[in-house]
Amino acid sequence: MRLVLEKRQEASDLMAYASPLIAVAITFAFSAIVFAAMGKPVGASLFTYFIEPLTDLNSLQELAVKATPLVLIAVGLSLCYISNNWNIGAEGQYVMGAVFGSGVALAAQGTMSGPHVLAAMLAAGILGGMLWGALPALLKVRFGASEILTSLMLVYVAEKVLDYLVRGPWRDPKGYNFPQSVAFDTTVPVLFESGRLHLGSVIALGVVIAAFVLVGRTLKGFELQVVGQAPRAARFAGFSPARATLFVFAVSGGLAGLAGIIEVAGPIGQLQPSISPGYGFTAIIVAFLGRLNPIGCLIAGLLLALTYIGGENAQIVLKLPLDLTKVIQGFLLFAVLACDSLILYRPRLIAGGSHGGTAHGAH
Amino acid sequence: MSLKNLTFAAMTAAFVGIAGAGVAEAQDKLKVGFVYVGPVGDFGWSYQHDQGRKAVEAAFPGKVETTFVENVPEGPDAERVIETLAKSGHKLIFTTSFGFMEPTLKVAKRYPNVMFEHATGYKRDKNVATYSGRFYEGRYIIGQIAAKMSKSGTVGYIASFPIPEVVSGINAFMLGAQSVKPDMKIKVIWVSSWFDPGKEADAAKALISQGADVLSQHTDSPAAMQEAEKAGVKAFGQSSDMVKFGPKAQLTSIVDDWGPYYIKRVKAALDGTWKSEDFWGGLKDGDVVMAPYANMPDDVKAMAKATEDKLRSGAMHAFTCPVVDQAGKTIECKGGKNLDDGQVLGMNFYVKGIDDKLPQ
Repeated sequence: MRLVLEKRQEASDLMAYASPLIAVAITFAFSAIVFAAMGKPVGASLFTYFIEPLTDLNSLQELAVKATPLVLIAVGLSLCYISNNWNIGAEGQYVMGAVFGSGVALAAQGTMSGPHVLAAMLAAGILGGMLWGALPALLKVRFGASEILTSLMLVYVAEKVLDYLVRGPWRDPKGYNFPQSVAFDTTVPVLFESGRLHLGSVIALGVVIAAFVLVGRTLKGFELQVVGQAPRAARFAGFSPARATLFVFAVSGGLAGLAGIIEVAGPIGQLQPSISPGYGFTAIIVAFLGRLNPIGCLIAGLLLALTYIGGENAQIVLKLPLDLTKVIQGFLLFAVLACDSLILYRPRLIAGGSHGGTAHGAH
Repeated sequence: MSLKNLTFAAMTAAFVGIAGAGVAEAQDKLKVGFVYVGPVGDFGWSYQHDQGRKAVEAAFPGKVETTFVENVPEGPDAERVIETLAKSGHKLIFTTSFGFMEPTLKVAKRYPNVMFEHATGYKRDKNVATYSGRFYEGRYIIGQIAAKMSKSGTVGYIASFPIPEVVSGINAFMLGAQSVKPDMKIKVIWVSSWFDPGKEADAAKALISQGADVLSQHTDSPAAMQEAEKAGVKAFGQSSDMVKFGPKAQLTSIVDDWGPYYIKRVKAALDGTWKSEDFWGGLKDGDVVMAPYANMPDDVKAMAKATEDKLRSGAMHAFTCPVVDQAGKTIECKGGKNLDDGQVLGMNFYVKGIDDKLPQ
């Protein structure tokens, strides 16, 4: 007896929409079993973990704040991935965006403030991320260097640049030599009196809509998809893969950079050595959870943010260990991928012959 | 359900809620929250803070309830974690890493009735106190031991980030070493992390292969200790007693004991006498404790103990003037006979004899 995965003739449209929901349901069930095994009340635990963050205005705002950088970056990455460009270095583009934007903030510090300074900061952030994203794209187009490697390596370079700046030239002179800049005069404004929801979340929402239109309704979007799925056909159609590569890296780098400056000028409020708990990498997961679709990225970003915040709640209210959060996040990803595989493939038991003599077995 | 009924129901619920909260508060234990930058199992910094938390639980049975959140990154997440603790009824919150300074202050402004304590920072508020340890005292002692124990005359030092606490630690170590052996050599490797066992182990290997036969560290994992044990060289632990990772290697360890301070502050909170203040405790206060001196001859042990006693009684200071920097310039002596606390807290230079460039 062997178990094989067979490609389905046709993937079910209904299941394509239902599968993420099924995956979430499976994750709920799995979490319930784990909570029970740890001797915690299952209902209350599930509530604390998955529902409570959605029940009051403040934690809803927190959810949006946490999801904002993830969504911004993931939308950009999904453009890369549909066109078969593997930008792994969003973390570095995020950092460079923060650095460029902060440069503007610090230059204006004490002399100017107001909306135009903020606009300049955000623009500089986009530019910084864009330039950093353009490097691996140019290396790929010009020399055929693997963008996976170059974009990833540039993450570490960017982190060192940030590190140098906050320890050296941009260090707060009154900060006892601790590596951080002064608190910015100009910050991303919060939307409500109470809570941390800020303008950045609105921008992210706008980006999601713009990207949705771009991918689904414009020639450029069509071009990216063709370049990714059928490079030969793309060439016949006159689409240049090199131009597509430069375009998606510039856009995704710019969005990651925007996320960086929004985070630094928003929730953090100053430049410091650690400005990201790995947003650039987590966003890769968000992009795939969201099926490389901008709206999907929005939902996936919120869902992942929920597991982070729920995990904190679980630590605080239920005294559950942090490792459990990671287990649940990991399981969620596993469930989504498993459900997706089952849409496209059908598991089948084949009797006898474990020697791999059949057409399917050899590989 | 009519609108009127609904309103009535809501009011009843609100009333019951308020009454319930009142009763609960009267009988409630003091909820104390802790925010850690690393995992509680790092056997270093966060582990020691968690030991302090456990000491609080043991000291006030039935009177306090403690909560901790571990592995909280020093970025945008910290503010949310601290706020969640404040919101969920924690009245005293310890945030135990430098990077939590601004988030702690921001949340404290919104929760004026919650008491906050921030470790290793320098900004305070009406409801934000700060506390830290004079770890440089221990570093002076281990510098002396290293100079006695090293045959090669070179010690290795694994450092995290070039912030004043770490720089003053290296300087105190070197001044101690030079007091025994003026031409002592030191090699410093910066790993740019507080907790990264892989990098720490690599740094230890590199230092050993460069001829260092005594290792000191200002990072939190026991990885370097394990490498020293394997290579048959000596090492000093950090934050916690790491002797079980290096029974033959560990000479001593500078242990951060937060228990006494946490108990004192929780007691103040329970008594209603808590005030925002700055606490910087050392050997004298029991905040900095030397793990048992081991794997060394008796005369070295005696020397270490004598120095420890003098530092404790105040008869001696790790930064006794004149302190001379790398370039040979004598540092202004603001504290009379020694550098003052401000100079140590903001230390940004190497002392003479350190053959390394301070990362800027």
